[in-house]
Amino acid sequence: MSILTLSKAINEGLRKAMEDDPKVLIMGEDVGKLGGVFRVTDGLQKDFGEDRVIDTPLAESGIVGTAIGLALRGYRPICEIQFDGFVFPAADQIITQLAKMPLRSLGAIKLPVVVRIPCGGGIGAVEHHSESPEAYFTHTGGLRVVACSNPADAYSMIQQAVRSDDPVIFFEPKRRYWEKAEVDTASTDWWTPFDEASVVRQGTDVTLLAYGPMVKTCLEAATAAQDEGRSLEVIDLRSLNPLDFPKVMESARKTGRVVVVHEAPVYNGFGAELAARITESCFYHLESPVLRVGGFSTPYPPSKLEDHYLPDLDRILEAVDRTFTY
Amino acid sequence: MTVDASRGADAPPELVQLLTPEGERVEHPDYDIDLTPEEVRSLYRDLVLVRRVDLEAVALQRQGELGIWASLLGQEAAQIGSGRALTDADMAFPTYREHGVAWCRDVDPVNLLGLFRGVNHGGWDPAEHNFHLYTIVIGSQTLHAVGYAMGIQRDGANAATIAYFGDGATSQGDVNESFIWASVFNAPIVFFCQNNQWAISEPLEKQTRIPLYRRASGFGFPGIRVDGNDVFACLAVTRQALRNAREGQGPTLIEAFTYRMGAHTTTDDPTRYRVASELEAWKLKDPIERLKAYLFKNELADQAFLDSVEAEAEDLGADLRRRCLEMPDPGPLDIFDHVYTGSHALIAEERAQYAAYLEGFES
Repeated sequence: MSILTLSKAINEGLRKAMEDDPKVLIMGEDVGKLGGVFRVTDGLQKDFGEDRVIDTPLAESGIVGTAIGLALRGYRPICEIQFDGFVFPAADQIITQLAKMPLRSLGAIKLPVVVRIPCGGGIGAVEHHSESPEAYFTHTGGLRVVACSNPADAYSMIQQAVRSDDPVIFFEPKRRYWEKAEVDTASTDWWTPFDEASVVRQGTDVTLLAYGPMVKTCLEAATAAQDEGRSLEVIDLRSLNPLDFPKVMESARKTGRVVVVHEAPVYNGFGAELAARITESCFYHLESPVLRVGGFSTPYPPSKLEDHYLPDLDRILEAVDRTFTY
Repeated sequence: MTVDASRGADAPPELVQLLTPEGERVEHPDYDIDLTPEEVRSLYRDLVLVRRVDLEAVALQRQGELGIWASLLGQEAAQIGSGRALTDADMAFPTYREHGVAWCRDVDPVNLLGLFRGVNHGGWDPAEHNFHLYTIVIGSQTLHAVGYAMGIQRDGANAATIAYFGDGATSQGDVNESFIWASVFNAPIVFFCQNNQWAISEPLEKQTRIPLYRRASGFGFPGIRVDGNDVFACLAVTRQALRNAREGQGPTLIEAFTYRMGAHTTTDDPTRYRVASELEAWKLKDPIERLKAYLFKNELADQAFLDSVEAEAEDLGADLRRRCLEMPDPGPLDIFDHVYTGSHALIAEERAQYAAYLEGFES
């Protein structure tokens, strides 16, 4: 058992994946000597060499495009996109090639490529460094899209992503990189499959659905609500495509009230899919419409304003209160 | 502003040529080729047969059997010359027009038709032929080719990759990124640009103000312009570039100077944007006619040989037509196949729901 930050947990997971399989490569901007701008790949180039931890030219389409070629040759590349807002130059390769090539080949081709994306706001960054682009990728068939929320999951999920024969978009909550928790690196018995959701707090009155950085915020909201006599269940979705519908529906039927929380804009955000699905599947169990808490339909604001943009404990609890007004 | 980027039928001075349009064998200080008569006849056969495959596919489209077809007419020598330069271990990354290269990689021509007929998006196993699937997004495959070449480097294999693309693709970011990647990683790759003068309706002047092969020098590797209608020159230049790549000398850009004698695809009407005299000038440089002239002049083939190739071409066309028409349509639930390698709850659910919906019509 080790106490690891989320950043270090991914680092340890990457190290384990590289030790387990010599075909695993890491590629990205500044991932080598520097160890990545968030130090997620710290020390890996030193131990695995420049051929396996590749400092690339500064071109995101090139990173993903050449990763596809390496995968065609039998390698398992892990691409680091330095910041969420920089994934868009790679979006073409991800959407038109990475997601679609296995089907194009009628199953002859497997593309075990992981695209790691530090995501979300809350770190006082400049434009393009605080975005939540998950819905662009959940809307693209052929990709698996996952988001870790804590060090233990980060450690296990990155390894499962690397082992997956499908391309995986792997979101990392950058404002949680420095948060610590115990991680059992000696065993895999405790691993939850990376396409399953986790009930991270049991409750009976309202279900909060979240992923990535918002899981912690929801847990804090649940603690605060308890003081007011409300029992909130918190589900960490972990995987956005596929989505663990059975676990979500079971909770929705139990509580009858659901609030979805994400940093991305509410309008056409991932929460819209959840709200629609829950309504379709659990209509007669619901006591209130499914409510959503998230970012505004604006570009991400300057950091002095991000506290207004990002869902916080109060906005979540306000939505919880509203579920009791129907 | 008008920029002369050397478009047109007049051979620019930098062109590597080993066989003139009149079928005369010429010497070049840097490139030579030594082919047996049998090998020359074999190249001729390749050129004729792939043109026949192309002709049949155009006809199939005209008759509604294909949704669209991208003709290679005029580019046979560029494709056969470069394709025959590859060893079995080399890997090729095509656009959607490399029917001649596919031929060289033993891809059954009928398998090229699937995506144009709408029964699949790609009908062969790339690893079986070392010929990747057709890529429709312009230039994307050049990055895949470089990545694959980086894999060859890591494997220590005696192989190279070749990336095909056109003059229009040279404006794409991915192609320029692939040049940078190949250069800084010294990847074993040949960039084979078929400059057919036209990107649908846009002439070369819309893509460049210098000859394309000269772009390579800015990226730090050699660029060569070859007569793309000269199968000998294409073979010799590509063979050398591949050899250099395999020997660790890094990438080469080959600009095969050729001409798209047909439309961009069967949906296109070139009379809207180019003059007939341009095509007439290029017809005089036809890749097949010049090799035929060479064969006759040097008494390497007789009429019986030409007739036998022609008969083989007719059989190939008829067989292709028959098998195209026999190609089974996919079933509706095939939509859900091969999206993911393993089980995927959402796809499984949608498949089950749609199957039940379809069954509702049967009862």
